[in-house]
Amino acid sequence: MRYLPHTEEDIRSMLEQIGSKDLNELFCSVPERCKTDCELRLPGPFTEWETRRKLSLLADKNAVAPEYKIYLGAGSYEHFIPESLTYLLGRSEFVTAYTPYQPEVSQGTLQAIYEYQTLAGNLLGMEVTNASVYDGASALAEALLMAVRITRKKKVAVSRLIHPYYRQVVKTYFEPSDYQVIELPSDTAGRTDLSGIKAIDDLAAISVQSPNFFGIIEDLDRLGEKTHENGALFVTSFTEALAYGLLKSPGKAGADIACGEGQSLGVPSCFGGPALGIFASRKKYVRNMPGRLVGKTLDRQGKRGFVLTLATREQHIRREKATSNICTNNSLCALAAAIYMASLGGEGLRELARINHDKAEYLKALLKDEGLEIPFSGPTFNEFVVRFPEQFSAMSQRLADRKIIAGLPMESFYPEMKNHRLLCVTETKTKEDIDALVEGVKACMNR
Amino acid sequence: MHEQIGTTGLVLDEPLLWEKGKKGRSGFSIPRHDVEQAEMDDSLVGEMPDIPQLSEIDVVRHYTRLSTWNFGVDTGMYPLGSCTMKYNPKLNERLATLEGFASAHPLLPASFSQGALELMHELEKALCEITGMDAVTLQPAAGAHGELTGMLLIHAFHKSRGRQRTKIIVPDTAHGTNPASAALCGYKPLPVKSSEQGIISTKAVEDLMDDEVAGIMITNPNTLGLFEENISEISAIVHAGGGLVYGDGANMNAIMGIVKMGNIGVDIMHLNLHKTLSAPHGGGGPGSGPVCVKKEIEPFLPLPRIIKDGDKFSLSLDNPHSIGKVQAFYGNMGVMIKAYSYILTMGPLLEKASKLAVLNANYLKEKLRGVFHLAYDRPCMHECVFTDSIQAEEKVTTLDIAKRLIDYGFHPPTIYFPLVVHGALMIEPTETESKEDLDLFIDACRAVADEAKTCPEVLLNAPQKTRSQRMDEVLAARKPCLAG
Amino acid sequence: MKEISEIKIPVDLFYTEDHEWVSRQEDNLRIGISDYAQDQLGEIVYVELPQPGDSFEKGAVFGTVESVKAVSEVYMPVTGEICKINETLEDNPEFVNQDPYGKGWMVSIRPSDASDLDTLMNAEVYLKKLRGTE
Repeated sequence: MRYLPHTEEDIRSMLEQIGSKDLNELFCSVPERCKTDCELRLPGPFTEWETRRKLSLLADKNAVAPEYKIYLGAGSYEHFIPESLTYLLGRSEFVTAYTPYQPEVSQGTLQAIYEYQTLAGNLLGMEVTNASVYDGASALAEALLMAVRITRKKKVAVSRLIHPYYRQVVKTYFEPSDYQVIELPSDTAGRTDLSGIKAIDDLAAISVQSPNFFGIIEDLDRLGEKTHENGALFVTSFTEALAYGLLKSPGKAGADIACGEGQSLGVPSCFGGPALGIFASRKKYVRNMPGRLVGKTLDRQGKRGFVLTLATREQHIRREKATSNICTNNSLCALAAAIYMASLGGEGLRELARINHDKAEYLKALLKDEGLEIPFSGPTFNEFVVRFPEQFSAMSQRLADRKIIAGLPMESFYPEMKNHRLLCVTETKTKEDIDALVEGVKACMNR
Repeated sequence: MHEQIGTTGLVLDEPLLWEKGKKGRSGFSIPRHDVEQAEMDDSLVGEMPDIPQLSEIDVVRHYTRLSTWNFGVDTGMYPLGSCTMKYNPKLNERLATLEGFASAHPLLPASFSQGALELMHELEKALCEITGMDAVTLQPAAGAHGELTGMLLIHAFHKSRGRQRTKIIVPDTAHGTNPASAALCGYKPLPVKSSEQGIISTKAVEDLMDDEVAGIMITNPNTLGLFEENISEISAIVHAGGGLVYGDGANMNAIMGIVKMGNIGVDIMHLNLHKTLSAPHGGGGPGSGPVCVKKEIEPFLPLPRIIKDGDKFSLSLDNPHSIGKVQAFYGNMGVMIKAYSYILTMGPLLEKASKLAVLNANYLKEKLRGVFHLAYDRPCMHECVFTDSIQAEEKVTTLDIAKRLIDYGFHPPTIYFPLVVHGALMIEPTETESKEDLDLFIDACRAVADEAKTCPEVLLNAPQKTRSQRMDEVLAARKPCLAG
Repeated sequence: MKEISEIKIPVDLFYTEDHEWVSRQEDNLRIGISDYAQDQLGEIVYVELPQPGDSFEKGAVFGTVESVKAVSEVYMPVTGEICKINETLEDNPEFVNQDPYGKGWMVSIRPSDASDLDTLMNAEVYLKKLRGTE
């Protein structure tokens, strides 16, 4: 077996030097009663070629581009990933390395993550960014826990326009605590409504997502102002990091903590994971931050180097008093994001973001021309909500037969939004693709 | 004496990204802007992100050079205790990049995701078989995330029984994530001391068990590399007191096909796919920490669950008792694919992998006995713990030994953990190291131990052969500089 | 690390079991950690102090002292209210290493019960404790 280098002779020689007669004797410290019924009834072993075939068959049963045109976002986005990125991410010194606890043999990972921290921080306009957490949803939960730690207040407010799955994760994380999670309503423009906020006291944080789940860009300046007036911390979330190639950053809007999903930055969708939890805050809160931090320093020869720092916040030192329990994070995904941002540069991010926006606006305008309702007037980035006529959902199967997936039905998330769908257009769709989608919609409606 | 493998090499320097950027360069093929520019309210538009402009070759050289400053499992042996740094098969890497997986969107209707759902379902079945448990969630993103999920499950279980408890028993040898995860769930960790034999005694648990104790977290084999021999009795005591047993499965590599955790009283446990099941560590993740449970805990598992009906797979949100979600989607699919591919490749040979892992650790234990002080002179499982007490006479510490091993071409073992052993040096070779590589490691250890006696300053100044020397961690902590 | 004989133990101060020192000022008590404590901790990178106005019971944790790899808690020698904190430690935690009884002072408190002081050790008793003969 190619992963097991021991020959029979090796095993014999080693057993002799240990003083055991066979491999089973090595387990003499395991009580007999623990060894019962231990047989592994698993298929295999399969050859490389059989395994490859099995998994290829499974992969072929999933609908993906270019065969399918999928206009879905809602937390997972289809973006082009340059070959150079995939190639670099395959370097085994990055892939097969451990967490950089021994800095002298990990300067590659450490400098790369320091660069990621810097680039992600610049994208979001925030002072300190950590080395990553798991995903946007758990990042939000950690951000709210951090706000509670800092302020010592007992309530957090979460906009209902934050991704429903993110809100679910927050609820799950907060369940065992006696902190209260309050839901904030939305207005008819598709934005978070903070008008009732003055009535709530003891608020540790107010959190909103921008662009929000309806695709609408929130007025972060105004929301931040109201939040601070209320004496709470302003926590902003996002699911589409690319938006900040174009939009005003959360940092500029006064975010105390900015967190969200970085999958758009060079990480493939991969059925939802692994993702990239980007987590950033004001410098003054850094000692309350969860997750790893890479810092710059000097080595004994005075040469610049990088090292994990402020580790006394973390579980391996602080144990039950740690800022979080996180250990392994999503380092390789953070590396992908750094390579992605480095390849595009600020100008490329700006241009790519514009292309996303313009294509989404193009689709929006065409659908409006077909008489479809765009229920929310707020500005959007690359996702927006459309209200289709009642017969559409039955007919969208015909679009699917044409291998077009026309957005995400909203009803299961927001029961009042029957026949509404969330459509996403990224740079991966050509003008012809979008025209074909509109043609298909037209055909379904005229039936 | 075998030849040494640690040498110096041609390793190039490389500045920070923003030290080499230049306006006008680009490393990305910008797609065609084939639609009209749309209007965007100026008040929404921000400043250009402050990110440097680089050509593709700038980027490729940058990261290629950075990678040469790293040490991976592909470079050499990585005997980090409790990390199971085994070889990461390349087939697994390739299969995770298949378009049908890499581009799969999690919110497509189930009929368009049958391949992904089937893989996850099959993986769940395999993990149940390996652990002897009844049901699985693949959702947690890493081991610690799995531990948190486990704590939330315990919390939900007690809530459903109409009583809430406040404490979790945690052995003194536990990984820091154990008490941290318990605390995140509002539990107070109650420490239990390991005996002189390095394991938890039944009596120690009996003394602590009462109706405030929600359960116990136990790593088996433990972080001393020893099998918790009393686990069946301990589980019985916890169960009799109405508590649950959580198994930290980080050390599963020692017991696959030899012990099934479900048979020894464990109710809930997590696995680390990026340890036991060969997925790579990535310099700090992503990992995957599935949680396996007994039938009575199944109702509380996170949603969605994967349902098989005939030959069709779907996602079910139908369960009011579920703790909810711990990640937005279904778990780290990219990591699961690698673990699944590994399980198919190995099949029942996983048992042999465990046996050889234990063989390798015992071989190192025998050969290094006397070179370093052996903390517990007992048969070990897949890892063994030494200390620096022999070398301490020359004022040489575990840290110095670790740093000098780097010069000999090895990544150091885990140091200063577990906390119950002063100056701990925890060595886990894994089964993928050959006898020749183990012998090279043994020779290097012997050489370092000799140097500790004859010229200790060589250890105190180590590593010497790396591009960077020891870092000033005090400066990094006093004046944190976390961005450039 | 220093030998016990090298540890500075000013005679005009009082000491606790957890290696804090107490200095009687006019209307308050000044507190820090002893030379032995700073020597054991190694290079100190961060000191976390409470806010003026916070009150603590004797024996409660009022702050922490961090080195790179460890965190140590600092305990109130007597019950009282924090009236001043040494803000220079925020940017210069190394003062605790360099001058633990002077520049490295941590907080000054208003004790609620003056007789609490009687439970503290004087310099001679503290030295005996360090020597392990007590």
